[in-house]
Amino acid sequence: MKAVCWMGVGKMSVETVADPTILNPRDAIVKITSTCICGSDLHLYNGFMPTMEQGDIMGHEFMGEVVEVGSGIKPEKLKVGDRVVVPFTIACGNCFFCHEQLWSCCENSNPNYWIAEKMMGYSPSGLFGYTHMLGGYAGGQAQYARVPFADVGPLKLPNGLSDEQVVFLSDIFPTGYMGAENANIRPGDTVAIWGCGPVGQFAIRSAFMLGAERVIAIDRLEYRLRLAKEAGAETINYEQVDDLIELLKNMTGNMGPDSCIDAVGMEASGHTLPFLVDKAKQAMKLSTDRPNVLRQCIIACRKGGTVSVPGVYGGFLDKIPFGAYVNKGLTMKTGQTHMMKYMKPLLDRIEKGEIDPSFVVSHRVPIDDAPKMYQVFRDKQDQCTKVVLDPWADGAMAA
Amino acid sequence: MADAQGIKATRVQSISSPIGVAALVGGGALALAGLTRRSKTGLALAAGGGVLAYAGSKAISRPAHLSASSTIQLNCSPNDAYRFWRNFENLPLFMRHLQSVSVTGDRRSRWIAAGPLGSQIRWDAEIVAERENELISWRSLPGSDIEMDGYVEFRGAPGNRGTFVSANIIYSPPAGRAGAAIAKLLGKHPEFLMRQDLRRFKALIEAGEIPTIEGQSHGPRSRVAAAARVLDPDQSIRRESRLVDVLEGKRRTA
Repeated sequence: MKAVCWMGVGKMSVETVADPTILNPRDAIVKITSTCICGSDLHLYNGFMPTMEQGDIMGHEFMGEVVEVGSGIKPEKLKVGDRVVVPFTIACGNCFFCHEQLWSCCENSNPNYWIAEKMMGYSPSGLFGYTHMLGGYAGGQAQYARVPFADVGPLKLPNGLSDEQVVFLSDIFPTGYMGAENANIRPGDTVAIWGCGPVGQFAIRSAFMLGAERVIAIDRLEYRLRLAKEAGAETINYEQVDDLIELLKNMTGNMGPDSCIDAVGMEASGHTLPFLVDKAKQAMKLSTDRPNVLRQCIIACRKGGTVSVPGVYGGFLDKIPFGAYVNKGLTMKTGQTHMMKYMKPLLDRIEKGEIDPSFVVSHRVPIDDAPKMYQVFRDKQDQCTKVVLDPWADGAMAA
Repeated sequence: MADAQGIKATRVQSISSPIGVAALVGGGALALAGLTRRSKTGLALAAGGGVLAYAGSKAISRPAHLSASSTIQLNCSPNDAYRFWRNFENLPLFMRHLQSVSVTGDRRSRWIAAGPLGSQIRWDAEIVAERENELISWRSLPGSDIEMDGYVEFRGAPGNRGTFVSANIIYSPPAGRAGAAIAKLLGKHPEFLMRQDLRRFKALIEAGEIPTIEGQSHGPRSRVAAAARVLDPDQSIRRESRLVDVLEGKRRTA
């Protein structure tokens, strides 16, 4: 089959690899009909996440049709022919954390848990198409994928919804939604959201669903700010303001936003001196992350407010204003998305027509074009917001 | 419980060579004296003392018996965990180094572990104490390749959150080739191996299978990484996928 493989930093390539097979009784094989490139794939592309290996198959946002199930899968749970969307986190469904709905903290899905334990104390769940520290599972930017614990994760889909309406249930819609839920939004609240990429876009819409009166969206790309404005957000292009914190103060009557959401993470952009220092340290491997957005969230947030972090961070962050965090009595919530808690309720919202997630798609291309699209997505060319790959279409994009 | 604790108390003892102790104490003192002088001689003194102390500590820490213990939480009742473990023939499902355990009598069993290059290490074990849903303790019998005793305790976790399982083994590798094979088997970090065994036990009990990526599809690997994998002295002797075969076989017979 065809698969997008990580062949080194900045090197993606479409390779012909062996079709996946059932390795465990609760596995299923899914024939993929749509698969996407995620912002967190760019952290791997740019080489900021340790424990990747040449030849790893990328991709954790995919959907398709079940073509084979293992001996441990009961037919009422999943059977050949079911159309499913697959969550990016893998969970056993029966450990303490799964029972607590903390699905992305599953104890039994990361075979390389001991690497993660060395870095973080305890290991989160395994993920598709990510680092070996997080399981090293082959991903879904391919024509087929092996899905472990397939009786827990994949969500069966009703007829009548297109792939593009439901494929984002695999990650970014639930991730944006949990980012908003983690912000403890109460009716009437003002929520500031850094980053208007796909997760930020879903966080903006989810914040309104959860009762926010005002959403302030912050980015530097006008085409993404336009999408935010269409959802009803007020927008700030931070490259065009002298002092973002002062502006947020003025917009909120010197109160500050009730909640601040960091939908950016470890590879933030910026133009201030602390940002340039971060960038230099990251380039010299003195630091793993560029946390300037997280710093701004903590400083900008109102006293007693909440900072929610759906953005991905990898390691040890420098110069976090923890004094401000303590003295302002802030709350911070974060985590990989507890996918199985959100997929079904959000599918219901899509079915009711409350949201059509396909608004975020900017590019639909054959899988052969994936290497090129990684570069386009990273460099924010061609008004790129979200890339959907068709694993079965022939031919490459016209040059 | 008394029996189990008794095993622990009597069997675990380190050889404390007097020379080793002297080297550690003397070397440590020299190093301290050197460090307080802040001169070149001081530095040399400190370095020399450090080397001596290190050698001393190595001499002290070579015990006649080695032990490893680890505790893990399982999301099941003590009874479920106890019953699974009490059937010793289940142990190779999650203890990677074991090839087989066969029950040979009411309280006796024969254990076979995989050594390097296809060799086998065998021992016979006898249950010395057991209390239903709480404790199983066993010891190896004379004539075995290795002296290998162990006990495992099961107790309810606080707040009715499943079960804590504590596994403990105490072993003394013989000299010579068998000893080298066993050293290879248990690796440099027996505690780590034991924790991995318990994690697999947990996965089997909770998820019904052990997570794996062995045998999955991938693109072209780098030759350097492939060579490193072949040469890795810590690589597992028994492949994970074989374990899955065992598991599948087990399910079919069940």
